[in-house]
Amino acid sequence: MINKIVHSMAEAMAGIRDGSTVLIGGFGAVGQPDHLIEGLIEQGAKDLVCVANNAGTGRQGLARLMELGRVRKIICSFPRSQGSVVFEELYRAGKIELEIVPQGTLAERMRAAGAGIPAFFTPTAVGTILARGKEHREFHGRTHVLEEALKGDVALIEAWEGDRWGNLTYRASGRNFNPVMAMAADLTIAQVMHIRELGELVPENVHTPGIFVDRVIRVDRGPAWA
Amino acid sequence: MQGFDRKAMAARLAQDIPEGWVVNLGIGIPTMVADHVPLEREVILHSENGILGMGPAPPPDKVDPWLVNAGKQPVTLRPGGSFCHHADSFAMIRGGHIDLCVLGAFEVAENGDIANWATSENDTAPAVGGAMDLGAGAKRLWVIMEHTTKDGRPKLVERCGYPLTTPRAVKRVYTNLGVFDVVPERGFVVRDLAPGVTLAQAQAASGATLHTQ
Repeated sequence: MINKIVHSMAEAMAGIRDGSTVLIGGFGAVGQPDHLIEGLIEQGAKDLVCVANNAGTGRQGLARLMELGRVRKIICSFPRSQGSVVFEELYRAGKIELEIVPQGTLAERMRAAGAGIPAFFTPTAVGTILARGKEHREFHGRTHVLEEALKGDVALIEAWEGDRWGNLTYRASGRNFNPVMAMAADLTIAQVMHIRELGELVPENVHTPGIFVDRVIRVDRGPAWA
Repeated sequence: MQGFDRKAMAARLAQDIPEGWVVNLGIGIPTMVADHVPLEREVILHSENGILGMGPAPPPDKVDPWLVNAGKQPVTLRPGGSFCHHADSFAMIRGGHIDLCVLGAFEVAENGDIANWATSENDTAPAVGGAMDLGAGAKRLWVIMEHTTKDGRPKLVERCGYPLTTPRAVKRVYTNLGVFDVVPERGFVVRDLAPGVTLAQAQAASGATLHTQ
């Protein structure tokens, strides 16, 4: 019997190695796998490259992981947001590497990794400092820049519902980067609000088919999110 | 000199959005444009985090923590609205499906260059977000911003001094002093001046020539 549901955070985090590239879902707090990030802090892997839209806020979650010196590099589109104090301290002190990627290019680089496409051309960022040093080529009279796929060793994602085959649904704007990251990693771990019996999810409404998911763990984000 | 306040700037821009357009509004003054599109005019708002058909902010007791806009503020979904993931949301942007994007800016140049994401090449933590995708991908890009900086420096310029977001992308600029088209081979062309503002005053506040039609 296939059963991707795990019942402890230790099982969920098993095997994450030092030096891993970790894709972390969410757009701000929405769709961000807070419990899994706490699990990763507990698990101890270090020298990580983290890929997330934002560079953490406050002193918990991703910010805490960075503050503990466990993140070597962050790849994101929008590091500077309200309360991104830890990142800014580390960055100014030269203690963390930063790769800024336009948000759509970030999503597409991971989608490409998940779809077996090693690189693609896009007009986004042409003529800016983010295109420097990259291969340029003209298509239909317009200049494009070559962007490479971005693959994760691990993806930590948040979903609304999940079943034992790993099928997932998302709630409202909680979907954001999660389905794309699920496709792009060797080991995809999903925290969900609700576990459903196999066959209970409406097949036409499954957002991430189970093939992209390795482990599912139920978490409680509290009544506001239920 | 009277000019538009921010609300009036947003309202002036909203007047020019026809029914049926799909529109992406950036963070800041652009977000205010939504409040000035009359409800009976069907304009579909897109939010980069995967919302098509975004509605206004909910009353405090109706907030859904799962539903936020690009600025991470609570919003609602209009009937007919839908959600998608980030790659699809940016396919809408990068694939040329968005009729209009409205952004704020530090500077707009007379050739349509926009700078709105970093204030120097050594910015401590520049944050680009979706601006470069929107600049390169939307069918048209309008900018809404104050005509000058807080200390009076012009933001309509001959050439941008800050790092570019997208070259030659801006089609029109709405400021507190008026509305200015960016015309290829010509530069800024005055479309409309705010009440009480003269061409001489708008020109004095600009770092590039304002042409008249």
